[in-house]
Amino acid sequence: MRIKNHTSSQTPADLSRRRFIIAGSTITGSLLLGIPLVSVAANGAASNESSRIGFFINILENGDVIIGNAQPEIGQGLRTTLPMLVSEELDISWDKVRIESMPLGIVKTADGYTWKYGGQGVGGSTGLTRNWTFQREVGATGRLMLMQAAAQMWNVPLEQCSTKPGMVVCEPAGKQAGYGELVKLASTLPLPETAPALKPMDQYRIVGKPKHNKEVRDIITGKAKFGSDTQMPGMRYAVILRSPVLNGTVAGFDDSAARAVKGVLDVFPVEGPAPGAPYHILAHGVAVVANSTWAAIKGRKALKVEWSQSPNQDDSSEKFWQQNREMLATQGQVVHDQGDFPTALAAAHSVVKHTYEVPFVSHAPLEPQNCYAWVQDDKAHIIAPTQSPSGASRSANAVTGLDRLDIKVEMSRVGGAFGRRLTTDYVAEVCIISKKTGWPIQLVWTRDDDIRNDFYRPGGTHELIAGLDDKGQVTAWSQRLASGSKYYRRPDMKDEDLWKPELYVDDFPRAMVENFRLEYFHNFIGLPRGSWRGPAHVVNAFVIQSFLDEVAHETGQDPLALRLELLGRIEEQPYGNHGGPTMTPGRLSRLLKFVSERIDYSRPRPKGRGVGIAAHFTFGGYAAHAIEVSVDSKGEFTIERIVAAIDCGFAVNPNAVEAQLQGATIDGLSTALELEITVNEGRVVQKNFNNYPLMKIDRVPALFEAHVMNYDDTPTGVGEIGVPPAAPALTNAIFAATGVRIRKLPIADQLREKMTA
Amino acid sequence: MISLRINNKPVQFDGEPDTPLLWALRDHFKLTGTKYGCGIGQCGSCTVHIDGKARRSCMTTVSNTEGKSVVTIEGLAKGDQLHPVQQAWLEQDVPQCGYCQTGLIMTTVEFLQQHPKPSDEDINANVKNLCRCGTYVRVRKAIHRAAELSAQEK
Ligand code: FES
Ligand code: FES
Repeated sequence: MRIKNHTSSQTPADLSRRRFIIAGSTITGSLLLGIPLVSVAANGAASNESSRIGFFINILENGDVIIGNAQPEIGQGLRTTLPMLVSEELDISWDKVRIESMPLGIVKTADGYTWKYGGQGVGGSTGLTRNWTFQREVGATGRLMLMQAAAQMWNVPLEQCSTKPGMVVCEPAGKQAGYGELVKLASTLPLPETAPALKPMDQYRIVGKPKHNKEVRDIITGKAKFGSDTQMPGMRYAVILRSPVLNGTVAGFDDSAARAVKGVLDVFPVEGPAPGAPYHILAHGVAVVANSTWAAIKGRKALKVEWSQSPNQDDSSEKFWQQNREMLATQGQVVHDQGDFPTALAAAHSVVKHTYEVPFVSHAPLEPQNCYAWVQDDKAHIIAPTQSPSGASRSANAVTGLDRLDIKVEMSRVGGAFGRRLTTDYVAEVCIISKKTGWPIQLVWTRDDDIRNDFYRPGGTHELIAGLDDKGQVTAWSQRLASGSKYYRRPDMKDEDLWKPELYVDDFPRAMVENFRLEYFHNFIGLPRGSWRGPAHVVNAFVIQSFLDEVAHETGQDPLALRLELLGRIEEQPYGNHGGPTMTPGRLSRLLKFVSERIDYSRPRPKGRGVGIAAHFTFGGYAAHAIEVSVDSKGEFTIERIVAAIDCGFAVNPNAVEAQLQGATIDGLSTALELEITVNEGRVVQKNFNNYPLMKIDRVPALFEAHVMNYDDTPTGVGEIGVPPAAPALTNAIFAATGVRIRKLPIADQLREKMTA
Repeated sequence: MISLRINNKPVQFDGEPDTPLLWALRDHFKLTGTKYGCGIGQCGSCTVHIDGKARRSCMTTVSNTEGKSVVTIEGLAKGDQLHPVQQAWLEQDVPQCGYCQTGLIMTTVEFLQQHPKPSDEDINANVKNLCRCGTYVRVRKAIHRAAELSAQEK
């Protein structure tokens, strides 16, 4: 789920290019793609306000600074963390900073569109890394221009000027001035030809220090505006009754009762994609537009729709799992083969083989999908809770035909995303409805809509095989996976590439094991699929980290020692998947040793108590968990203690990293405990939190440590890193306590059933 | 026409009487701090106080609140003076996406009235709100802190 746009590796010389670009040059889009435009007022493109330096910095007369944030805020705290970078280099007091959310910024080029002020969008845990250099340069450039303004005003050489928080000082001349007094002049200066040098890390006052979220006060007083909180003059509310059967279409409908509901204004069909075609929206349906949310919901209840036959009407989870097993009994697509796996396996002293099932799951952000749009003849205005504002713009363009420059996209706060809001089907839906009615529309999804219409995390059946020599060393390894690929229904997708989002070749332990094979089988089921926080890492970490434990136990080895032995085989490996270019296994070892020590791993525990560990490398970051559980004789288990650790290189905001690690751990556990999407007769069975039960506070132990461990001076992503090891650490702990191995998620009643059988 | 008090002000609602209080608050009274998460009483995002009791506003109609007094998150602080529970949330920097937090705060306010010195078990047994972002570790700390702050206030 990497979002391709700007990389922050520009050399200082790029700065002049950026200015050139914003002046409206027509360099090809590929060169432009994502190059952040540190604009200056001189070209007038940013703003006419003389308090602004470029797009991001607005200095008020009293010295308060408003920093723009162009990235979606989905709970990961980027709206605080990125302004920290600007503030550090601009040299201002953090308590003088306020944050302003910026709309989507795109400009037209000869061959398409490009970013106006850098790539926008969050996914693949890249929100920080893509902006790390860029946002510091924004701040440093602003600071330099303020110093230049001061030098000009005082008629002193620039070299004699420096700054302290919020002011420029010239010691030889005995002068100083607040940024608020200088900004007017600074905003008229030309952009420096080269980017100023960035601060050495040991001088950081803000970056690297734990900072609270800038928006907490708004959130806890109810003032923060989420997508569903948008209220505009003349706005109507819409809901859609979508086909309950996957790929069903509307054969006919009777809307007389719906239209009789007080407040219902209009009812009409909305056309979805043809079966198998790429999704612009998820389903066919009938829209109900009303003057209140409740009237729309009531109107929808009163609708009578006849659904057509669907090619997926007999789809079921049961069939899917059965077919997976049948497939695994045959030969699949060998997608990676190194050394000689069959020979090594045949020569192995011992062989371990087990099969695991990981279900489809839903994103279920607490704020269901929704979107505001007003599509007029010549323009559109959209307020979207989204991870991808440019996706929103493209979706709106696709269904309205309006030029993307005439589509204004603003981003609200987002009530959770987890990958769901990388797709912008809800934007397309609301634009269709607004275009049809001419009204400003708030599209409301109920919880049922949200759980039953999702781009689900793919489910799959994994067969793991390991061969070991007589010293207990792993010499051969294979993972065979039958699943529904995330790339199902992607445009222009070739069958032979369907495996790619499900098996990441360079993941542990490929580089450590000489004879290694990956095999894939694609199974068909009509469920839409997408990226779910950490995508296949969460799935594969569960499988691999569970299997490693099984290998250890069955060959009389210690699970920690076995991991450390494998990780210790190489110092660094190339990593071609997202999160590379390299992976350092020793960083996982460090975390594993750390969490094991914290939880006192080697202390023997009484029966019914056990500790499990796991570690995984995800999108450039490293994480490990140690979890202790207690289990009673009936199979009721309690998570007694959690030790989590993350190595994200350098934590820009350790407080936000800790929060993400806590949340990611709970996400991993919550999903493993009870969550599963199933299909019966072509319909998603789960409808709401009563049968898609998220974890509550009662299962989260008071003994919960989240450790943020720096490694070097390069930040990696954070949001997804903490999810993958959590579930296998839990199931490994359950095994340690009971001897019962959980090979199928969710855990649900399995332990109770096995221990009372 | 239904008459009730919201955040200590008398108000009237002239929409459909079967409208859940949640949607009346959000659409009609423009009090969007109260959130919709499930509509079936599971998530607690919609929690408000009705005559001092924490209630899920998706589960009661506006006509049921005739003559009653409703307090929403917007009415919890006294001007700029945050409620101790909000203050504790601020200190612990609880929210991630923030969507569930107003409901959690309203739940906690009443919970602490019943359990001024709560144990972890009290919290586990009574605070049933869902937080998809998993802020529970900080929620627990903030509840204990709020209990301290409330005790100091008395
Ligand atoms: S919306 Fe009322 S409990 Fe979820
Ligand atoms: S903070 Fe996002 S749901 Fe609780």
